[in-house]
Amino acid sequence: MPMAAADIESAILAALPGARVEITDLAGDGDHYAAVVTAPQFAGLSRVAQQRLVYNALGGRMGGVLHALKLTTVVG
Amino acid sequence: MTNPVHDRIADLVNSNDVVLFMKGTPFFPQCGFSSTAVAILERLNVAFEGVDVLADQEIRQGIKEYSDWPTIPQLYVKGEFVGGSDIMMEMFQAGELQTLVAEAGVKPAA
Repeated sequence: MPMAAADIESAILAALPGARVEITDLAGDGDHYAAVVTAPQFAGLSRVAQQRLVYNALGGRMGGVLHALKLTTVVG
Repeated sequence: MTNPVHDRIADLVNSNDVVLFMKGTPFFPQCGFSSTAVAILERLNVAFEGVDVLADQEIRQGIKEYSDWPTIPQLYVKGEFVGGSDIMMEMFQAGELQTLVAEAGVKPAA
């Protein structure tokens, strides 16, 4: 069962309060997404550490039910 | 504590300058993200070892734990985790990946 865009957004916002999340459903199939996450929590972190914050927010679903998420993180 | 799969991964990333853990092979990537990663490394013109995680379920699971990173592909340079395909693309576009491999003294592709 794929993950709905709204669920991805709410999981990220719950873990990163004050973030802005823009999600695009790339294939229109509810299974291949791109997300741009802009968050103040990213300040001073490496790209790897920024993406880990987002992956941790998704609580193990990344690479599982959520198999394709092209992720861009921006300090904001 | 030793983990035999982690030992195999450590051996791979320490005995090759550039290692890409990917789905499929460099000649025949089986996932768009892995395909992107291969294309970037080809543009960099560096020699790299492609490890097909689809052909090795132990590595497929083990690399996620080893790197604390949930997705494939994963790039290692000189034993250090660099990131997945999105980070590779950002670094490539910023010129940072070129600097990283140059400073690491990575061999060019044959």
